[in-house]
Amino acid sequence: MSEPIYQTEALIAEDIDAYLAQHEHKTMLRFITCGSVDDGKSTLIGRLLYDSKMIFEDQLAALETDSKKVGTQGQEIDFALLVDGLAAEREQGITIDVAYRFFNTEKRKFIVADCPGHEQYTRNMVTGASTADLAVILIDARKGVLVQTRRHSYLCHLIGIRNIVLAVNKMDLVGYDQKVFDDIVADYTAFAKSIGIERFTAMPISGFKGDNITSRSDNTPWYSGPTLVEHLETVEVLSSVDAEKPFRMPVQWVNRPNLDFRGFSGLIATGSVKPGDEIRVVPSGKTSTVTRVVTLGGDLNEAVAGQSVTICLADEIDCSRGDVIAIADNPPQASDQFESTLVWLNDEAMHVGRAYWLKLGTQTVSVTVHQPKYVVNVNAVGGDGAHLAAKTLELNAIGVVEISTDRPIVFEPYADNRTLGGFILIDKITNATVAAGMLHFSLRRAQNVHWQPTDITRAEHARLKNQTPRVLWFTGLSGAGKSTIANEVEKRLNLMNRHTFLLDGDNVRHGLNKDLGFTEADRIENIRRVGEVAKLMADAGLIVLTAFISPFRAERDMVRQMIPTGEFVEIYVDTPLAVAEQRDVKGLYKKARAGELKNFTGIDSPYEPPEVPEIRVNTAEMSAEEAADYIIQQLLPLK
Amino acid sequence: MTKSLTHLERLEAEAIHIMREVVAEAERPVMLYSVGKDSAVMLHLARKAFYPSPPPFPLLHVDTTWKFKAMYELRDKMAKESGMELLVYQNPEAQERGINPFDHGALHTDMWKTEGLKQALDKYGFDAAFGGARRDEEKSRAKERIFSFRTASHGWDPKNQRPELWNLYNAKKNKGESIRVFPISNWTELDIWQYIHLNDVPIVPLYFAEERPTYMWEGQLFMADDLDRLEKVMGRKPEITNRSIRFRTLGCFPLTGAVESSAKTLPEVIQETLLTTTSERQGRVIDKDAGGAGMEVKKQQGYF
Repeated sequence: MSEPIYQTEALIAEDIDAYLAQHEHKTMLRFITCGSVDDGKSTLIGRLLYDSKMIFEDQLAALETDSKKVGTQGQEIDFALLVDGLAAEREQGITIDVAYRFFNTEKRKFIVADCPGHEQYTRNMVTGASTADLAVILIDARKGVLVQTRRHSYLCHLIGIRNIVLAVNKMDLVGYDQKVFDDIVADYTAFAKSIGIERFTAMPISGFKGDNITSRSDNTPWYSGPTLVEHLETVEVLSSVDAEKPFRMPVQWVNRPNLDFRGFSGLIATGSVKPGDEIRVVPSGKTSTVTRVVTLGGDLNEAVAGQSVTICLADEIDCSRGDVIAIADNPPQASDQFESTLVWLNDEAMHVGRAYWLKLGTQTVSVTVHQPKYVVNVNAVGGDGAHLAAKTLELNAIGVVEISTDRPIVFEPYADNRTLGGFILIDKITNATVAAGMLHFSLRRAQNVHWQPTDITRAEHARLKNQTPRVLWFTGLSGAGKSTIANEVEKRLNLMNRHTFLLDGDNVRHGLNKDLGFTEADRIENIRRVGEVAKLMADAGLIVLTAFISPFRAERDMVRQMIPTGEFVEIYVDTPLAVAEQRDVKGLYKKARAGELKNFTGIDSPYEPPEVPEIRVNTAEMSAEEAADYIIQQLLPLK
Repeated sequence: MTKSLTHLERLEAEAIHIMREVVAEAERPVMLYSVGKDSAVMLHLARKAFYPSPPPFPLLHVDTTWKFKAMYELRDKMAKESGMELLVYQNPEAQERGINPFDHGALHTDMWKTEGLKQALDKYGFDAAFGGARRDEEKSRAKERIFSFRTASHGWDPKNQRPELWNLYNAKKNKGESIRVFPISNWTELDIWQYIHLNDVPIVPLYFAEERPTYMWEGQLFMADDLDRLEKVMGRKPEITNRSIRFRTLGCFPLTGAVESSAKTLPEVIQETLLTTTSERQGRVIDKDAGGAGMEVKKQQGYF
């Protein structure tokens, strides 16, 4: 390690203006490196930084000290230490998060995402892959194609990376043996074909020794292909392909500084736009003409995919965040039911039937997920048993799932348009990003079932009954007193000449929901159906009372979303578990404690109390009659 | 054949997209403004993102009272020019106790900057704060998300970051949480300089070489920006020599080492930067504590 580390490029010293001009016109390639735990990813990236002279003397001094202290390469420099940033990682000797690194060559700027190898960090790998143009899949020459290699290759392919480099690493440890390399390539070729990877570029390298990284290695005279850096410098950047597609721009923000200016700001997803273009706003379908493409540096004659712009239109048409501005004669479609692939990213498994937030482009809507058609057994991809039946998706699972949104969203298949086909799911309670998804196609039934308008509206139903509809949603533990109190409230409303109906948990399970059990998925479906029935009854003008344990916040919120604002009244019948269990009117707690009753709320299934219920009654402190009186007082006036 | 975007055009578009997402989804965003070159680029990007409107959020300067005079001047000028509200916050406790870089060492950064920032964010109730951190600056920043969540007590949990896919940012917050947003995460130091060069972004003149009064302290070269004040806290008059110096990074003048230089134009500065052999943050004392994990520890405590 005696040669100068940060060699000055002649051009910088001699003609800085020429150097800056060269740098100004560089394109950018984003790529990821992935592979098994000890395949040497961090070492390779450290090597790329080192060889492209991105390491400064002070960093090198620190590196040399660290290498001796905690390095795994004896007295030699451990390049991985440059890359493994977090203190915890340095101690454990593994990479646990995505780290982004930067280097330049004369032709390009590169952003590298260094992705974790362990299976439990699949989500980090998916994150790194989602913005990458290219993937370098590392294989340890001594070990060949491993389960992790297959898994990562499949994920890269799934996320749409079309440039794949198979870097057979640690060739120095197998004596630069061509046969070892050829066997691995043959093995990988067979696998790649089976999962739909058409092309990849294989190369024998050593990240540690530097073979075939920036210069052709004398140790592999039998290899005639490009070095890794040569390949990275010349491969086509796929994002440039987006500019050739039809124009689409999701609207992020409406720019309205004064009455004379109204512009629509967004990042152009595909295609190009110029003044005079006929556009269509979807989903509304309204058309107009582009008058200006505005930027701080002056109006543009044309803007292309990848640019952030502000567009002005000739007409005052409705257009806001979430809408997509598209070329008028070839706009994207809107739908509300889709087949999608989901990658589950959260510790808490997917709840079938539950509503999540879906964010796609600039649209955020409520979405319900259905039972997976199948999950992908990534350890068996390309062979038998790759598709398995499953009831849900656990952390790191990949499955094909139907989803339905609460209103139509503008979309395109992920394979055609990453911006309008890629989405994330967000848990409505924890706000965690729980899944990444890719839309494949709209399901026919959404397109063919239309809403039939009727002449007598819900307002007219309500007027005839001289009342405002309400859904009084009683929630609480089993035995809390929901049914009793709801019954008392209904009696009082009846005396007040109000038109009411009481939906009781047990009663509904005798009919409408008799096909449902008490698993989590069934409980969610139970509440969804009751919510829909309550909504119909409220549309008919009734005051609906429901008495269901409804243990999960997410489902109560789902029903709240269905009902017009102000009409949903959450009533928390707050009874401590000990009190409810002591009452045990139906003898259910005793059975649950004895293990005869599974999934019993409060015992082996959770109850999530409301955070801000409209009304809260404490039955340890008041009788059912007092509680009912209190509720009526809170509800008044009922018009 | 449509033109393909250069790396700077892509980085600019990405930063603008991020700023617009925050404005669309956060309730009360703010831009942290330290008057350095990264802040200068951030402010320029914000003006581009919302033009012809002024950026719809204020600038927040968490002040230590020890910044260079030239920084205060540019700060006030840029706030005026951009039409943005400028909020200046100085930790009253640090003020009262007379915390300074000579007597208090690490406490100076902790009180003025870390605590000052937390207090300012709490005082105004900002739920999203733009910062100009870059992933190439330091090891732990290389792993931070663009939308980085802070607990109610402003802590950062590096093991529990939200996955960030494509350019979809989940801006939904839990009660008390706030977001630090880093729109120029993917820029390098060279990108920043080149962008300033191409767009004529105004920066503090201290980045350019000039004859300035200097003194040596603990083996490093500093500029005597406010000699009276220096004398008061040092208890003696430092020995002043005029030298042609400039700064690679700007902070509190008694903590920011200068380099001897003759680079008077931006291309010369860039040239010197590229030819130099020490990395950018070495001029700052902050990263070296705690055995190389200094910044990671500071971030977990709430430092930006």
